[in-house]
Amino acid sequence: MAAADNKIDALGQFELHPVLGPLGAQLHLSQSVLYMLLSSVLILLFLYLGMRPRAVVPGRFQAAAEIAYEFIYDMASDQIGHDGKRFFPFVFTLFFFILVGNYVGLIPGSFTYTSHIAVTAALALMVFFLALIVALVSQGMKFFGHFMPEGAPIAMAPLLVPIEILTFLSRPVSLSIRLFANMVAGHVMFEMFAAFTIMLGGLHLIGPVLGVAPLIVNMALMALELLVGALQAYVFAILTCIYLREATAH
Amino acid sequence: MGEETRPDPPAGKTFEQRLGEARTRSGMDPQPVSDSAVDRSSLGLVMRVGVELVAAVVVGAAIGWGLDRWLGLRPLFLILFVLLGGIAGIVNVWRLVAPGPGTR
Repeated sequence: MAAADNKIDALGQFELHPVLGPLGAQLHLSQSVLYMLLSSVLILLFLYLGMRPRAVVPGRFQAAAEIAYEFIYDMASDQIGHDGKRFFPFVFTLFFFILVGNYVGLIPGSFTYTSHIAVTAALALMVFFLALIVALVSQGMKFFGHFMPEGAPIAMAPLLVPIEILTFLSRPVSLSIRLFANMVAGHVMFEMFAAFTIMLGGLHLIGPVLGVAPLIVNMALMALELLVGALQAYVFAILTCIYLREATAH
Repeated sequence: MGEETRPDPPAGKTFEQRLGEARTRSGMDPQPVSDSAVDRSSLGLVMRVGVELVAAVVVGAAIGWGLDRWLGLRPLFLILFVLLGGIAGIVNVWRLVAPGPGTR
């Protein structure tokens, strides 16, 4: 598909198409939405089935669900501080939505919704505005004082205040670009090496032998992407915690 | 036979020490805490630094471009805000890697 007539179409995999036949076309239901729904169902199933036994000594599945819960709970309460418990559900949802999205996207033939900047930017803006509202509620007008670093001479204010504002505004941008770029880069590399295999396969006698090399690279890439997928979800969640801690502090 | 399976205890080692060593060898004692938590957060840090630097420049360029469009002073604000964005990016990275408290 990708390597037809010797062209590599590395970005075609990110295009959105209507799914589920005429009904999907009517609803403008793209794969992105479909996989978001699928991921949400997977997360809910994991937690529901994991916690259903309610055993005092958990089985493997229940232990996995408990570890998932405690991992984010510890992160939220350690990073945010005494208000951490209030934001735990939000951070938990965010982390697992991104993590499962990244991992479901690694299944060949599926779609990675975290590879669209529209999705990651929406998530990042949600975090940004939540932190902003929390900061305004808990700090009031003192919040704006943070844009002038303490102890700096007042004459420096025209330079320092714009810089501080830019630092603040760059947060949602860096948050969304980081996740989106990592996912796109990973999937483009998959596509490239897979296309190399197909192209080499067409080369006379030696081709099929050489074609194994990109396949091996793709296997290594899969391991890397499993790491990156978890790491990006972790970074997104921990930055959310850090921003919320700053918002609730003082 | 007995000598091979159970050599004489070396002098200076108590029973507890030998027991501890044997337990560690057979994996009965928990391993010393690995630094996977440190690895994880430092890997996360590496992931953050590059994007952090670029993001502020992007925001600065966008604000400068917007102000220019609004006020018709092209390219004054674009130049100004790209420079400020670059500085803000470096400030971001510095706050990320700065040692000790005082980092935000």
